[in-house]
Amino acid sequence: MPTYASLALVAVAVSTLAAAPFYLSDYGVGLLIGMSGYVTLATAWALFSGPTRYVSLATVAFFGIGAYTVAVFSETLPYPLVLLLAAAIGGTVAAVVGLSTLRLAGVYFVIFTFGLAELVRQTVTWWEVNITGTLGRYIFLPFEGRHIYWQLLALLTVTMLIGWLIGRSRIGLALKAIGDDEAVAAHAGIDVTRTKLVLFVLSATIITLVGAIQAPRWTYIEPSIVFNPTVSFLTLIMALLGGPMRLWGPMVGAVPLFLLFEWLSANFPNHFSIFLGLLFILIVFVMPNGVLAKLEGIRKGAAQ
Amino acid sequence: MKTKRTAVTRALWRFTSAIGVAAIAAFGVTESHAADDKTSITIGYAVSKSGPNAGGADMTVTPNYELWVNEVNEAGGIKLPDGSQLPIEVVEYDDRSSAEEVVRAVERLATQDEVDFILPPWGTGFNLAVAPLMAKFGYPHLAGAAVTDKAPEFVERWDTSFWFMGGGGDYTSALADILVQARDAGTINNKVAMISVADGFGIDLVNAARPDLEAAGMEIAYDKAFPPQTSDFATILNEAEATGADSFIAFSYPPHTFALTKQAQVANYSPPVFYLGVGAGFPVYSDISSGKMEGVMSLGGIDPNNELNAAYRAKHQEVIGRAPDYWGSVLIYASLQMLQQAIERVGLDRAAVTEELSTGTFETVLGTTKLEDNQLRDIWWTGQWQDGTFVAVAPGDRAGAGSVVLPKPGWQ
Amino acid sequence: MFEHIVNGLVLGGTYALIAMGLTMQYGIARIMNLAFGDTIIVACFGTYLLVSAFALSPLLALLILVPGAFVFSYAVFLALMQPLVARAPNREALEVDSILVTFGLLFVIQGILLVIFGGAYTSYSYLNVGVNVLGTTVSANRLLAFVMALVFGGALMFVLFRTRWGMMLRAVELAPESAPLYGIDVDRVARYAFAVGGALAASGGVVVSMYQTFTATAGVVFTMKALIVVILGGKGSLIGALIAGIVLGIVETLVAAYIDPGLTLAATYAVFLAILLFRPTGLFGSAA
Repeated sequence: MPTYASLALVAVAVSTLAAAPFYLSDYGVGLLIGMSGYVTLATAWALFSGPTRYVSLATVAFFGIGAYTVAVFSETLPYPLVLLLAAAIGGTVAAVVGLSTLRLAGVYFVIFTFGLAELVRQTVTWWEVNITGTLGRYIFLPFEGRHIYWQLLALLTVTMLIGWLIGRSRIGLALKAIGDDEAVAAHAGIDVTRTKLVLFVLSATIITLVGAIQAPRWTYIEPSIVFNPTVSFLTLIMALLGGPMRLWGPMVGAVPLFLLFEWLSANFPNHFSIFLGLLFILIVFVMPNGVLAKLEGIRKGAAQ
Repeated sequence: MKTKRTAVTRALWRFTSAIGVAAIAAFGVTESHAADDKTSITIGYAVSKSGPNAGGADMTVTPNYELWVNEVNEAGGIKLPDGSQLPIEVVEYDDRSSAEEVVRAVERLATQDEVDFILPPWGTGFNLAVAPLMAKFGYPHLAGAAVTDKAPEFVERWDTSFWFMGGGGDYTSALADILVQARDAGTINNKVAMISVADGFGIDLVNAARPDLEAAGMEIAYDKAFPPQTSDFATILNEAEATGADSFIAFSYPPHTFALTKQAQVANYSPPVFYLGVGAGFPVYSDISSGKMEGVMSLGGIDPNNELNAAYRAKHQEVIGRAPDYWGSVLIYASLQMLQQAIERVGLDRAAVTEELSTGTFETVLGTTKLEDNQLRDIWWTGQWQDGTFVAVAPGDRAGAGSVVLPKPGWQ
Repeated sequence: MFEHIVNGLVLGGTYALIAMGLTMQYGIARIMNLAFGDTIIVACFGTYLLVSAFALSPLLALLILVPGAFVFSYAVFLALMQPLVARAPNREALEVDSILVTFGLLFVIQGILLVIFGGAYTSYSYLNVGVNVLGTTVSANRLLAFVMALVFGGALMFVLFRTRWGMMLRAVELAPESAPLYGIDVDRVARYAFAVGGALAASGGVVVSMYQTFTATAGVVFTMKALIVVILGGKGSLIGALIAGIVLGIVETLVAAYIDPGLTLAATYAVFLAILLFRPTGLFGSAA
């Protein structure tokens, strides 16, 4: 029974990863936090953007909403409720945005989502400055790195599970059809807009939660810290490197890229940007469909 | 189909675990031990070398770290109490202006590189982000480039933290005192036009300024925040001028400080009090204002007759190739000298160094320096450009203070 | 009120000037160039270098940097974009690929600038004197940007509508699929359009450096501003970019004067998102 074998494998992997903080230094845990954070972001991003081919740069808008929700409510509400609230706010914003924008196609959607992230940032800033009269907020939650890591790991597991379930469900089929040709899919009786909307909200909610879970690590929050556009771009490139059409793709892209960034910033602190840029260009030229597709291509080529 | 899926999964698993093993090998993320025979003192820091914070870090923080390391190593290193002398070895990272990166870099410095001491990043937000970690790992945290009114509270929360730049309220109450004196002397009217950048620094200061000005009986005629990306100030200055206020105050960052100066010159707007934020104390400000900066006020300042400071400025110019700014640089350099002297007195034991920093008295470029409740309080709160030097004018009762010259002359 | 309109016009002149280059690159060469703003920043630093090290007038810097940017952009298109254009199955795929490649280019340029100039705020002063325009004092350097936007816009418009080469450009913009049927070498036209766009960016950079403080990492701010203007005006439309730039300048000025300076950028993005939603082809774009 191969499926049970894979399930067992996944269970072993998750428990090994969950036990890792007991054996690693704080920096090791820090690496795992960064890695699981980006793997979750990239996987959640690909849930929506992979099959629909809608390239979203709104990642940091939701990430920041999550972080801000925690900053605002961490003193007054119990933590689990804060997370629920963050998910609800992120999901609601996504639903409103999705309803109005999912008919935009191609580059217009890309630009819109980037603009959205900036609009959210400007609005939050203005609100904080003029209505609440503060800008920086403090989060004093008693979390160690490993607590944050375990939450991220749980979220990642759930995200992968959702992705796997979608892959085997009717909605997954519908998505494939939409990705191939939206008009044909619509003619085949698929409610295109609803399918896309559900996926968008789901993906955005998970991203919001990543921001919410990571926020206590920074102690101090302000818009320029949590709405850092780099988050959107890194998520995008990680998912694309691995291949956003496959469940495991984003993970395969995010883990090595994350480690590479870490290595670069430690060994070439003054030349990081140049290497990062060259890497981007290389990825687009050498593996436009992601590492997994490339691997499969090589395997097929070898088999023939 | 099913078998293929499993094959892919398996290949993936191998791939991921291989990477995991490689990562552990490459980064050595398990506990490691430093060699017992020390040949150097390792000092680590993570600062923003790229991203939006790079401009600030490159002016105030990084050059002083480099200058200090250069000075110490040229002198043969730091002399420890046991008589040995060890040079400094630097471990540096780029935090890419990201809070998550700076947190992880400090974890790395503390638990991976196991450096002897860690120097702080640039900015209030990033100093707060690393403060819990520095306290947890027991490193003295010399928060240099961080302005916060909550320093006393933070010292209680993180007992290894030291704060060197004061709080927003210190700067604004000093400014309010100057305004009150000028008003009572009949030099300026009662109205103030005030703008601030919608970012941590600007909001902190403007929130502190409002109650100070109101308590001083000044009328705030214009009070607006602008987004950090703002590049055009024509309209804002028009509106400020239209209020008839004699005092213009901007809690701004360097790009805005420069743009405000240029626009004020273009519009020939030269109110009796012209007070700007970060950047007015940069050496380049003299070029920006085409040499017409006489009378412009800002945070910081120096005592032009202080020889120690003059020597520091000359050395900075010589080693880094440009002059330091007139506000934060000297404070940060002084904090490094304190660290050095504390190490020379008590050795590399971090708890002892922390204790020494907290209670000891030091000879720095600021003169004889002693912290109060882990905070540096001997700071110049207000400065004014006078004859090509950014002279400290407040607190006025401190030795070496210049006197404020108001009204500011015109831009010509 | 009137002074705000004048101030808005002058501010909008800068926006229009930088946006016209992007509309050439995006509308005609079909490359969504995220490194556009970094071309502007390179020109800013180039001017600064020529002014401070060689004591040249910034206006002379135009004569050096603008042709330089033309050659540089031409080479970039040849080396990086041409292969993407060749392999792209459709316009959407090309757009996504070009976004990613130019994003990489952005980091490379930024990294090189950081190594050479460091992260410091850079600024100098030139033509920073007041000029009286209909009773409102505006700065001469900003006025220069406005005039240059009008002159370059006018000259390009003339080329587009009065010359054979311009006709080819417009043909490629409107119907890239059928242009080859009329013997037009689309790739060649795209190369030149991309290079002209880069040259316009450099001219914008030279002027902007006279009044704005710049850092090695500030390119993305210009890219976003230019992108907003291009989308507002309709991609590929020069007159659209010109008018949209000026409209944006006036909107920002009015919001700053009558509502709140803190909302200028929020207002910009709100206008931009509304246009995207309700008229995605822009104010002057042809219906797709």
